Amino acid sequence: MVPASRLAEFWRAFAQSRGALTGLALVVALVALALGADVVAPHSPIEQFRDFTLAPPFWDNGGSLRFALGTDAVGRDILSRLIHGTRLSLLIGTISVSISLTLGCILGLFAGYFRGLVDTAIMRLMDVMLALPSLLLAIAVVAILGPGLINAMYAIAIVLLPHYVRLMRAAVIAEAGREYVTSSRIAGAGALRLMFSTILPNCAAPLIVQATLGFSNAILDAAALGFLGLGAQPPTPEWGAMLASALEFIQRAPWVVTSPGLAILVTVLAFNLTGDGLRDALDPKLRRSAA
Amino acid sequence: MLRFVLRRLALIVPTFLGVTLLAFALIHLIPGDPVENVSGERGMDPARRARLMHEFGLDRPLAVQYASYVGQVLRGDLGSSLTTHESVAHEFATLFPATVELATFALLFALAVGLPAGVIAAVKRNTPADYAVMGVSLTGYSMPIFWWALLLILFFSVHLGWTPVSGRIAVQYDVPALTGFMLLDTLLAGDAAAFRSALSHLVLPTIALGTIPLAVIARMTRSAMLEVLREDFVRAARAKGLPRWRVIVVHALRNALIPVVTVVGLQVGLLLSGAILTETIFSWPGVGNWLIHGVQSRDYPVVQGGILLIAAIVIVVNLVVDMLYGVINPRIRHG
Repeated sequence: MVPASRLAEFWRAFAQSRGALTGLALVVALVALALGADVVAPHSPIEQFRDFTLAPPFWDNGGSLRFALGTDAVGRDILSRLIHGTRLSLLIGTISVSISLTLGCILGLFAGYFRGLVDTAIMRLMDVMLALPSLLLAIAVVAILGPGLINAMYAIAIVLLPHYVRLMRAAVIAEAGREYVTSSRIAGAGALRLMFSTILPNCAAPLIVQATLGFSNAILDAAALGFLGLGAQPPTPEWGAMLASALEFIQRAPWVVTSPGLAILVTVLAFNLTGDGLRDALDPKLRRSAA
Repeated sequence: MLRFVLRRLALIVPTFLGVTLLAFALIHLIPGDPVENVSGERGMDPARRARLMHEFGLDRPLAVQYASYVGQVLRGDLGSSLTTHESVAHEFATLFPATVELATFALLFALAVGLPAGVIAAVKRNTPADYAVMGVSLTGYSMPIFWWALLLILFFSVHLGWTPVSGRIAVQYDVPALTGFMLLDTLLAGDAAAFRSALSHLVLPTIALGTIPLAVIARMTRSAMLEVLREDFVRAARAKGLPRWRVIVVHALRNALIPVVTVVGLQVGLLLSGAILTETIFSWPGVGNWLIHGVQSRDYPVVQGGILLIAAIVIVVNLVVDMLYGVINPRIRHG
């Protein structure tokens, strides 16, 4: 376990950056919003108020606080849809990053620990996946599996995978020669024990950073897939899909387009800020790879 | 150097084979087989089905099918579109210049704004200028570009009426497609009005597509410059009494450019990803738009061929960037 003093040291380093703190505060707020969506949202995300289609937001002429951010073309409350969309986006992030992280750790550990043929086979496969632009790979996967929210999550997990594998492999190669690993091996630890309980915890820092940044990629890509009609399907209140269905009203009712995009931007920004802060706090050496 | 080049070349062969495997798998993993897709909802009798399967070569072992697929690809035969019945390779070749034109301008825009912004942020470290550049860059990096494109359209096209909403050129102009690059074609045709029309159609897509690369380049330039500005040779140049701008631009920036060049090379994949979204929004007649239509209309030869070609292009560009990097920085080549 991490001793309390190291945790305090980490927190001091993290709290030094105002950006990181802002990001973390936003992430906490978003998680709270997602968890409490049923209570916080003023209306149901799919209830159609047929008498109030395309109502403007409250600061516009004719707007009211009943539909604070206005309504969409079939009279659904945009604010409520955005709040429920937070739940979806965070869920997409959590599930795709978890799948990707787990698989990536396992593959990376095997590649880095066994080297040789296993390593070559795994890394060649990752090279192929990296040769495809991320969205294109996601589209290819969705083309195979069919459009939908769940398949979009799998697609994003696959897109994120090579990054974790590479990171894990590099970390394992760096750690495998260390003395604590050798001593554990001499003490009779088997390959699996060495890989998962000796080496893995010591490679956690870069993985945590990558996972946080992976969240923002996952949310962006899911929204892009939703926007292209390949991700979440209507009437699901997913932000990208909301944008896509609002396109035809862009001139008459710009608010149906502006708010979902802003929600995506703020969420992605929050995770990027937090990820950058974590990177700086956990490992100053990693700072240079900032891009 | 030759060994370095050969080693890199040898490395892309398995990668390319892997991509063909992926493209091949794409067709075989989708629910239903091509014959079923052709026959439609009503189905067909087993004898006719068997004949068609045999005709398409689908009754052979998978390994044989894959080998013949690779053979076809190497001959440049990517099949033909199910909707237009045109050759996929030909369609791709016709549409690709539009994507290249857009991506080139986006990259130029990103460099023209991102490099100076990064330099200013580094030189004026911890000032409002630095915070502004980094703030804008972080926002740009987190931007869902399909939404950004819509905002640009709302403001510049709908509200101000400065730029057209979509397409590559106004409909009244008919310019012979000599090169496929609209700006060049209009110039070659000597039609100034058409050139202006093409240029005004290019502005918003360029900004939309260039924003994320711009953010990445600005961040990278800033951190590379900060690194270099600490070096002794920069202090020496200062001490020699050289003007500040000369030290920054000539001495520091030149050395800071090495990591930036790599980053620019890596943007190609990002640009092509972004082009899919940008082209969809602006109805830009490029390969991204074509590919999305292919996915939506289940035109699998188009999807398969498009993915294969785009991956091949990314592989080749990465190879070229790698080699250029080896030329600029000998440490890599001998590593």
